[in-house]
Amino acid sequence: MNSRIFYIASNTFREAVRDRVLYNLIAFALLLSGAAVLVGQISIDIEKLVVINLGLTAVSLFGIVIAIFIGIGLVSKEIEKRTLYTVLSHPVRRWEFIVGKFFGLAGTLAVNTFFMAIGVFAALLYVAHRFVAADSLILVALYFIILQFLIVCSLALLFSSFSSPLLSAVFAFSLFVIGSFADDLRGFATLTHGITHWIATGAAYLVPNFSALNVVTAVAHEQPISGQLVLQNTLYALFYTAMALSGAVLIFDRRNLK
Amino acid sequence: MNSQRRTTILATACMVVSLCACILLLQRIDRIRPREIADDTLYISSPKMVRRASLGFDGLMACIYWTRTVQYFGHRHFLRERSYNELGPLLEVTTALDPHLYPAYQFGATFLAPAPPNGAGQPDRAIRLMRYGIKNNPDNWQLYYNLGFVYYTELKDYGHAAEVFAQGSQVPGAHPFMKILAAQMAQHAEDFATARLLWTAAYQSTKETQIRENALEHLRALQVDEDVTNLQNAVTRFVQANGRIPTSPWEIAAAEHLQGIPVDPDGNPYELSTDGEVLVSQPDEFPFITKGTPPGYKPGPPKFHTKLR
Repeated sequence: MNSRIFYIASNTFREAVRDRVLYNLIAFALLLSGAAVLVGQISIDIEKLVVINLGLTAVSLFGIVIAIFIGIGLVSKEIEKRTLYTVLSHPVRRWEFIVGKFFGLAGTLAVNTFFMAIGVFAALLYVAHRFVAADSLILVALYFIILQFLIVCSLALLFSSFSSPLLSAVFAFSLFVIGSFADDLRGFATLTHGITHWIATGAAYLVPNFSALNVVTAVAHEQPISGQLVLQNTLYALFYTAMALSGAVLIFDRRNLK
Repeated sequence: MNSQRRTTILATACMVVSLCACILLLQRIDRIRPREIADDTLYISSPKMVRRASLGFDGLMACIYWTRTVQYFGHRHFLRERSYNELGPLLEVTTALDPHLYPAYQFGATFLAPAPPNGAGQPDRAIRLMRYGIKNNPDNWQLYYNLGFVYYTELKDYGHAAEVFAQGSQVPGAHPFMKILAAQMAQHAEDFATARLLWTAAYQSTKETQIRENALEHLRALQVDEDVTNLQNAVTRFVQANGRIPTSPWEIAAAEHLQGIPVDPDGNPYELSTDGEVLVSQPDEFPFITKGTPPGYKPGPPKFHTKLR
C-alpha cells in the first residue's frame, strides 16, 4: 500500500477510536453475557444455537451500523471541518484519500469484529462448557460478515462522495436491506417477462448480494460451508467493493470542492 | 494524459471489470449454495405472529408472502420435488395477512389438496383454507367453486361438492356453470363431460400460469382417459364380433370405420398389448392419466405443458 494511503487509513482508524466507536464493544459484551446467562436458564437444548445466532447477528448489525454511520461522515465531515483542503494541499491525490479512508474504516471494523468474536466464543464456552470442531465454522461466518462490512463501507463512501450524510445513510441502509433479500429479488426477476425481466434481472445483479454472505443459520446448525463458496464470496466481495470504490473515486475526483 | 483523466479511465475500467466479475461470480455462487435449506425453511409459521410482526403493513407483507408462495411452489416443481411441506403454512400466513387475496385461495385449492407429487397432499387443510376464505369473502362465488373443486377432485365427495356448488350458485353474480355443476354432481359426477367442465372452468377463471398449466394438464389427461375408454370398448366389440383379440390398432380402426389409428393429444398412436389392453405410448407426458398405463407403471413427477396440443 502506498504510504499516503497508509497514513490516511491510520488517521481514520485513530479518529474512529477517538470518537469512541469501540465503545460499542461494551454494549456488545453486556448483550452477549446477559444472553448467555439468560438462555442457559430458559432455553432447552438450543442454548448453543441461540448464542451463535444472537452473537453473529449482533456482530453483523453492530458492524453494519458502524460502517454506515462512520462511512457516511468520512468525506462530508472532512469538508465541513475544512480539513480536507489541508489534506489535498499536500501531494495527496483524491483517489488516495478515498481509498485511504476506506482502509481506515475497514481496519476499524476488523478490530471491532475481532473483539466481538472473542465475546461470541466466550459466551459459547460459557453455555457449552467446551469447544467442538464444528465451532470453527463460526470463523467462516465471521469472515463473511467482515466481507459484508467491506461492501457496506465502500457503499457508504460512494454515497457520501456526492450526497448529504443523512441521505447517504438512508441510501446505504436501504441497499443493505435490499441486498439482504437479493435471493428473493433474483427469484422475482425470473417470474417476470420481456423488458421487465431484463430490468429486474439487471437490478437484481446490481444490488449487493448479502444473502450469499449470510451463513449464520447454516453455521448455527453445524452445516459445512464449502471452500468454493468461501473463495467465490471472497472474490465477489472484493470485486463489488472495487466497483463501489471506483464509483466513489470517479465522483469525488470530479467534485467541485470550492 | 493528465492525472484526472488517467484516474477517470482507470476507475471506469475498474468499475466495468468489477461489475462483470460480480455477475459471473454471483451465477457461480448461486450454483454452489445449498438452496434446499432456504427453500424449506419458514421461520415464523404462525399467521397471527406474522400479522403482529408486520406492524400494520399487512397488505405489503401479504404480497411478499404470496410471491414467496408462488416462488416456493414453482421452484420445487421445476426441480421435480415430491414434497411441498411449507405450502400450507405459506398460504395460511398470506391469507391471514390479507383475507381478501383471492389468488392465494385458488392456488391452495389447486395445489394444496392433490396428493404428492402433484401437490402437498393436504385436502383437509385446503378445505379449511377455502372455508376461511368464504367466511371472509362470502360474496365471492369463486371460493365456493374452489371448495367444491377440492371435494370433487380430491375427496370424490360428490354430495358435499354438490352442496357447495349449489350454495355458490346463490351468490349474486355467480357464473351459470355453478348451477350446472351442482346438478351434474347428483347423477353424472363421474362423467368425462363433468370433469371437463370443471377443469375448463378452472382454466378460464384464472390468469395464474401454474394453475392454468395444471388445468391444461388435467384436460389433456381427461382426453386420453376418454380415448382409452372408447378404444377399449371398441376392442370389446371387436372380440365379441370376431371371437379373437385384435392384433393391431389398424384392425380396430378398420372395424370402427376410423380414418386412421387413434392418436393421443401429442399425436402419438395408441398401442395395443397382446392381451387386448389399449396403452398410451408416452405415459410420462400425461402425468394425470388414470387409464392406458402399462402394468406396474409408476408415474413420474408432473411436468406442465403451456398449451393444449
